[in-house]
Order: sequence, then C-alpha cells, then structure tokens
Amino acid sequence: MSNLLFDEPGPCARRRIRIATVAGTVAVLALLALAVRQFAANGQLDAARWQPYATWPMWRYLLSGLWSTALAAVVSAALAMAAGLALALGRLSRRRWVRLPAAAYVEAVRTIPALLLVYVVLFALPRYGLDLPLFWKLVVPLAVSNAAAFAEIFRAGILSVERGQGEAGLAVGLTQGQTMRMIVLPQAARRVLPSIVSQSVGLLKDTSLGFVVSYAELLYSGKVLATYNGLLIQTYIVVALIYLVVNASLSKLARVLEARRPGVRPPRRRFARV
Amino acid sequence: MSAVLDHLPEFWEGLLVTLQLTAASFAGAAAVGLVITAMRVSPVGVLRAIGTAYVETFQNLPLLVLLVLAVFGLPEIGIKAGLLTTAVVVIALYEAAYIAEALRSGVNAVSAGQGEAARALGLSFGQSLRHVVLPQALRTVIQPLGNVFIALTMNTSLAAAVGVVDLTAAANRVNLAEAQPIPIFVGAGLAYALIAACAGFVTGRLERRLGMVR
Repeated sequence: MSNLLFDEPGPCARRRIRIATVAGTVAVLALLALAVRQFAANGQLDAARWQPYATWPMWRYLLSGLWSTALAAVVSAALAMAAGLALALGRLSRRRWVRLPAAAYVEAVRTIPALLLVYVVLFALPRYGLDLPLFWKLVVPLAVSNAAAFAEIFRAGILSVERGQGEAGLAVGLTQGQTMRMIVLPQAARRVLPSIVSQSVGLLKDTSLGFVVSYAELLYSGKVLATYNGLLIQTYIVVALIYLVVNASLSKLARVLEARRPGVRPPRRRFARV
Repeated sequence: MSAVLDHLPEFWEGLLVTLQLTAASFAGAAAVGLVITAMRVSPVGVLRAIGTAYVETFQNLPLLVLLVLAVFGLPEIGIKAGLLTTAVVVIALYEAAYIAEALRSGVNAVSAGQGEAARALGLSFGQSLRHVVLPQALRTVIQPLGNVFIALTMNTSLAAAVGVVDLTAAANRVNLAEAQPIPIFVGAGLAYALIAACAGFVTGRLERRLGMVR
C-alpha cells in the first residue's frame, strides 16, 4: 500500500477518517438500497423471476455457452500468439522488407475496431466467396486484432532481455536463429507471462462479440435465453457474474505470476488492455 | 469508390456520432477515473476498497455485456434513457477503470519525498493531491492515457452492436445497400485510423512538452 499521501494519523485525522468511512459506507448502502427499490418497484425481485436460475437445465445451457466462449478464446489466443511471435520477430529483424510490413500491420490493426473486423468477415468476405463457419467468423477477427497486441508484448519482452545474453550466445558460436530460440526467447517468455495472461483476459472479453456473429458463446446464449423466457435483466446479470468470476480468477493468476518473480520488472506495455 | 462517395452524408453522420461518443465518454471517464484514483490512494480503508472493487469489476466485465445489460436490462427496472446517452454513460464508466489504473501507476511513480514535503508544508490530503502529486503524476502517464483514449475510440464501435448508428454501423448499413465491402470498410477503417493518428499526434506533442522521464 502506498503511503505517499498520508502519515500515521493523529487524533484529528483519525476522526476525519472515521467520518469518511461512515460516509462511504452509507453512500454504498444507499446506492444498493436504491437498486433494490428499483428492482422491487418493477416487480423484478419476485422469486418466480429468479427461480429459474436455481435449476440445473438453465445452468447447463449457460455453462455450455461458457464452454464455447472458452473454446473460441483458446483457439484465437493460440493463433494470435503464434502470429504475434512471428510479427515481433519480424519487427526486430535486420531486413527492412521484413521489418516494415510487420510494423505496418501492428500499427494499422491497433487503430481498427474489432467489431469492424467482425463485420468484414461477416458481410465482406462471403461476397468474395469466403463464407467461413460460424466459429471461425468469430475467431478470425479476434486473432487478427489480438495478434498485434501479442506482437507488442513479445517485442517488449525480447527487448527487455539484456543485450549481453544475445551477444554471449553469438560468442559461443550459435547462429542468430539459435541464439534467439535457445537463449533470448526462453527468458523473454518468462518475463512476459503475466502480460500474456492479462491480454488473454482481454481476448476472452472480446469473445462476447459472438453476440454479433450469433455464435453461441456465453453472451449470445444469454440473449437466446432472455428472448425465450423474457427474464432480460436477470439473465444478463447472471451472464455478467459468470464473466466476472472467470476473468477475475484469470486476472488474479496474472498478479500471482507477476509477484512470483521479484526484482524483474515486467516490460512496459504500449497497448492499453481494454 | 462511388459507393463511398454516394453515401458521404451517412458516413459523415456516423463519424459525428462516433466523435460524440468518444469525446463525451472520455470526458466522463476522466472525471470518474480521477475520483476513483483519489479514493484508491486515500487513507480511508473503505474508500480504497470501493475504488479497488470498482476497477476490478469493470476491468473484468466485457464492455459488450455491460452495454447489453444497460440497453436491454435497465428499462426493465424503470431506468429509461436515450440510446446514445446510455452508451456514453456505460462506455465512460467502463473506461474510467482503465483511466484510474493508469493514473494510479502515475501516482505511485511520484517519489515519496514529494508527498512528505507537501505534508511538511501543512497541506491536507486533498491539497497535496491537487497541487503536488497529481500534476506530476499526470505528466508521467500522458502516453498511457493516450493509449486508453485510442482504445476507447475503438470501443465506441461496440455501441453499434446495440443499435447506435455510429461509424461502424453506418459502414455496415451502406454496405448492405451497396454491396461493395472493400471501399466501404476500408473507408471506415481509415476514418478510425485518422482519429487514432490525431490522438497519437496530440499525445506525442504533449509528451514532448510536458512529459517527465523517470
């Protein structure tokens, strides 16, 4: 915890802290009470409207949606990481005709919304005779857009390995490729692991675009369910809670990985994780 | 090409909506993010916990889920607002978590001596935050904030998925009418790239003029 802005509180400060504690608690409780009142006033709190979410078939349906989400996330993460590694190596290449296209790809994709890519795959590619199956309509745009983010993570990781490591590899007679593969990359991979995990959380969040593609992942399953049983707000709250639990666990994992290596600062990121 | 030129008004309308969404939600996100940051560095345990819970919640929920929940769910409990307003509020609340996280890393980068000096002069928590710590913190996070702004611009396109007719939705509509995907989607992509390039240019200028290297 940072104590940049305050010291050990004296009696006066302690009183103010107590007042702020009470005020903060009251504000949160008031907000909760208001929410409950709104739910109750519109009859959304009736047991009958929440009962279905205590039954197994409902959960089986939502969990199968979660499974599809996981499948899409894992496949697009694998594709994006492979492409990202290639792009990172390309951007660090000594050959200009490799370096420039890789840099152009990363910079261009960074400024195109994922939804626009989804629309391209949904509506543009079929016109040119490329009508992908539903699963790939979601996975391909996600892989394309996340490859750029992974590329920047890998590049920062490779650059964060001390120069002496690569020089030592060359000095004992390894080729450029061998040095990269056997000496630099293993160290870089270990350093970027937390960033990789949290970027994967971002990717998992992006799979909710299945809502647009009508691929039956978690959010789209929720939509189908809500149109079927008419329990709009209940369904979407349950869906949101599932996302929250899964992603918070993954974020926690990223923090644990980060804390396990004291002393090594993770490389600075250029992409906002959003 | 003519597909784009014939529908310039639609693109223009969409671009305006995208710019509105971007500007309004960035302003809202900056305000909320600042408050959350102040809560997270305050000496009050409850406020710190609220700030952390806020950031954790919004960083771990997909924006599209929040948009769907707000647009289709909230009317069920009697909260009705215009589509654009709802989208702006949701995007602002969502991005506030990222801005708060960026600002907090900036506050943590300010050396402890600065805070101690401010307190030695007798400044209160709010005063030392406002006059000493935040000005220095902001200078170290210009680049991260610029990245959040670009990501926010890209994220505004998700509003198209819940029915806001922004640039992405306009491109999609024009394409459904004209069936000439390449010029239309490339045009829309270029417009987004242009916004991002402007943001990058401005943050680059700000960084050079105000930035602090640590």
